[in-house]
Amino acid sequence: MDHSSLAGRIFRGIALAMVLVFFMFPIVWILLMSFQSNEQILRIPPRILFEPTLANYEALISGQLKTAAGNLQISFMRNLMNSFILSSASVILALLLGVPAAYAFARFKFRLGETIAFTLLSFRFAPPLLVLLPLSLYYQQLGLNDTYFGIVWVYQLIALPLILWIVRGYFEDISPDIEHAYRLAGHSWREAFTRIAVPLAGPGIAAAGLLSFIFCWNNFVFALILASADKQPVTVGALAFVTASGIQYGQIAAAIVLSVTPTLLLALYAQRYLVEGLSLGAVKG
Amino acid sequence: MARLELKSVDKSFGAAGCAKGVSLTVEPGEIVAVFGPSGSGKTVLLRMIAGMFEPDGGDILVGGRSIVDAPPEQRGIGMAFQNFALFPHMSARDNIASGLRATGASDIAAKIASMSRLLKIEHVLGHSPRELSNGQKQRTALARALIGNPEVLLLDDPLRNVDAKLRYEMRLELPSLLRRGSAAVLYVTQDYREAMAIADRIAVLINGRLVQVARPEEIYARPASVAVARLFGDPSINLSEVAPVAEQGRLTATVAGTQIRLDANGLPSDARARCWLGVRPDDVMVTGQGGEGAIPARIVAVTPIHERAVVLLRFADGSEWLAAMAPEALEAGADEDVFVRFAPEAALLFDHASGERIGQPPRRQAA
Repeated sequence: MDHSSLAGRIFRGIALAMVLVFFMFPIVWILLMSFQSNEQILRIPPRILFEPTLANYEALISGQLKTAAGNLQISFMRNLMNSFILSSASVILALLLGVPAAYAFARFKFRLGETIAFTLLSFRFAPPLLVLLPLSLYYQQLGLNDTYFGIVWVYQLIALPLILWIVRGYFEDISPDIEHAYRLAGHSWREAFTRIAVPLAGPGIAAAGLLSFIFCWNNFVFALILASADKQPVTVGALAFVTASGIQYGQIAAAIVLSVTPTLLLALYAQRYLVEGLSLGAVKG
Repeated sequence: MARLELKSVDKSFGAAGCAKGVSLTVEPGEIVAVFGPSGSGKTVLLRMIAGMFEPDGGDILVGGRSIVDAPPEQRGIGMAFQNFALFPHMSARDNIASGLRATGASDIAAKIASMSRLLKIEHVLGHSPRELSNGQKQRTALARALIGNPEVLLLDDPLRNVDAKLRYEMRLELPSLLRRGSAAVLYVTQDYREAMAIADRIAVLINGRLVQVARPEEIYARPASVAVARLFGDPSINLSEVAPVAEQGRLTATVAGTQIRLDANGLPSDARARCWLGVRPDDVMVTGQGGEGAIPARIVAVTPIHERAVVLLRFADGSEWLAAMAPEALEAGADEDVFVRFAPEAALLFDHASGERIGQPPRRQAA
């Protein structure tokens, strides 16, 4: 591969810059907004240079939103915590349930196996609104409305199919002979699962866990209907910035920055686990 | 040590039968090669012994004890896989040690040291599988299978994925390695030369049935059927359809218009309707002189294969035979007319319908 002619390099640079600007601009703009007051944001024409303020972050962290109509209590930090609790618990539960299930689907042929796997996937096809009404009725009867457990449970609709189908593919890519060899060396199937299959599917499990964490984190509609104020995640909590006296763009921007940060950090951290090729060289390809 | 016994083992996947009434005994210290074309059920047979498949019927015994209901980890079996199946996230040392650690053996380090010295992989013990060459992977996999001194050792075409030179070396090395622990060894291969070089006995498996179990030279000299005869030998055996007749107590047949004597010992002297006449290319002689029992032919092509010249001959009736000989033994070249002979005792006769060999030709040395 030699595309190192000058014209080619310049063209590549321009193309890369365009793509980068297209995707990064909204994020940069949000970051800039988060350091501006509402008046600065709404100024026309907008300015790149401004006097930064930390008022937005202060308001979010202290929970005191100062508006023209007076002080308003917001529970953004609590929302952030809720998001964290709900997403982590959902992903952990989905991993505990989904990884063994994915292994079963990958390794064993059983009656209705494909049907069950496909049904689980089909949860992702249906729009969430379709299931919300019956679900909220059930939840009211079961007393699961407005509980962490109830929301974690309903988040399985998001996380479980994702983990199941991604991890299944990774398990299928591992030669069963590697596990057979481990069992013949004197290990039970449980050991073969935990010490061979799971470590080898590690990158896939990490990727699936990360993806489902992001999906859970970004979910809006389930939590909007099924949770009340003290259980709400940031996605729903951000609604509080649409106040009677106007939309608090600065705080919204700051809230977005704060709520994106954990997933971003997680993605950066998980990146090294997403490196493929661990199983290369194990068997003759 | 224990003997491995298969007792009329059956296995089928859907409509396809992979093992049909397979019975086989492997003595401790004995190497039996399971040889057959691809898809004949060799690997399935091995996997049933290892416990990855359950047989539909029959029994598998190690040292007189049935192992069919035991999980793989309790069968006392060592296995080397065709695709090596090394644990990719462990070093070569940990791969080899995995079995010893599971059983809580002592002197793990010493055992690994001696085994790796034996297999010449001491210098790569710290490497991960992907850093190993195919030959080193194969040796690591062998070390892993051998180190626990299993009662039964299964090798699933272990030399399939290593290059030709290494395969040749390993063929010489393997028999003594495998006999070390006096395990009962089953060695699956698709290469009849490998089977003949390594095994004490060869079990020929065709379509899930054991067609012949015998010593290598026995199978070469007296194949049980046309199918077995075709599988052993390269180039493969020449076959002509003949109708032998008995004349004055002697059996003769007509090949391409020439009458040939077939007086091999034990061939039945009664006339048979139709038979296959089989003559190995190594037994075919090409000469310039005609005479009794010499079939006129024309040389179509001469191809050097290994150290031999393989001669493609065409008879007057259009049928073709192959002859293999040392290049200097061939006096004629392509497009020349020659005569073809073979010793009467070199002829093998097979029943046309069943393909089974008729009569008992004398023992001969394998080529």
